[in-house]
Amino acid sequence: MNDFFLNSAAAGVVLSLASYFIGTEIKRRWKWPVLNPLLISIVLVIGFLLLFRVDYDAYNGSARYLSYLLTPATVSLAVPLYQQMELLKKNMAAVCIGILSGVLASLCSVLALAALFRLSHEEYVTLLPKSITTAIGIGVSEELGGYVVITTAVIIVTGVLGNMTAEQLCRVFRIKHAISKGIAIGSASHAIGTAKAMEMGEVEGAMSSLAIVISGVCTVAGAAVFAGLY
Amino acid sequence: MKYIRQFGIILGVTCAGEACRYLIPLPVPAGIYGLLILLALLAFKVIRLEQVKEAGTFLIEIMPVMFIPAAAGLVTSWEQISGIVLPLCVIVPFTTCFVMFAAGKATDYMIEKKKGKRDE
Repeated sequence: MNDFFLNSAAAGVVLSLASYFIGTEIKRRWKWPVLNPLLISIVLVIGFLLLFRVDYDAYNGSARYLSYLLTPATVSLAVPLYQQMELLKKNMAAVCIGILSGVLASLCSVLALAALFRLSHEEYVTLLPKSITTAIGIGVSEELGGYVVITTAVIIVTGVLGNMTAEQLCRVFRIKHAISKGIAIGSASHAIGTAKAMEMGEVEGAMSSLAIVISGVCTVAGAAVFAGLY
Repeated sequence: MKYIRQFGIILGVTCAGEACRYLIPLPVPAGIYGLLILLALLAFKVIRLEQVKEAGTFLIEIMPVMFIPAAAGLVTSWEQISGIVLPLCVIVPFTTCFVMFAAGKATDYMIEKKKGKRDE
């Protein structure tokens, strides 16, 4: 099986797509919030690789064509954002304050919990960029001397967690406006969460995209300051 | 043909984003530069919305699938993570909820405050 994956240009993509399809079907049938299509497909792919002893690199040899689309997809987030430009202009102050609150909440809570668990300085800076998009987060972690592999893993888990729980959390926290929901999701769980925000509505999706950009850039500056605190 | 042209424009902007990434020494990914460039092109009417809309919407719709390969890569980093997995099990869910709460509530508060002022 490993050899087949090594030599196939489609196997990894097919495995990923099939898993996601199964995930959406399961979600449609049982409608449980924990049954998140993305989570199901990740578990299925990992299960498949372990069961058939396929190396991750052999799988990723073709699955990386899916990852390749991630940059153009991020660029495309400008489309919904542009469509909500008027709404954004009207609520500029609220949006900026909301995102800044999210960034500060992220940095402060990581600081407090790192102190609580007596993490090393390296482990602490590894976690500082956990709420922002992977590509920026890796850069921040590297620069501050963190463990990049762990940063990547934590960022992905944060995103999937946000994707799974966003709808329920917005309800529990009584976040009222669509703008606020989008800002909350994008600030807490970057692009993976934004995929969920897009499903929730156009405004949510656009605001979530914006939050990825601004919170990402603010965290670059904020993390550099916070790295000196512990 | 229409879709090819749309996809071409998006890839062109992506390429411009990659050029920025190459030239500017900041840990900002090409996608973010590209997003800002495309937004500027749309805002200044260099590109019309119809010229990128369908391809862009399609890419956004299939975005969740693009995260599967990277997430499945978690199997390869397990050894390095296992040492601090317990604190992570607390830190990751807590901070994710807390950030969502803080950002959402702050935005809600600001919107309400503005609305209140307008009603007076």
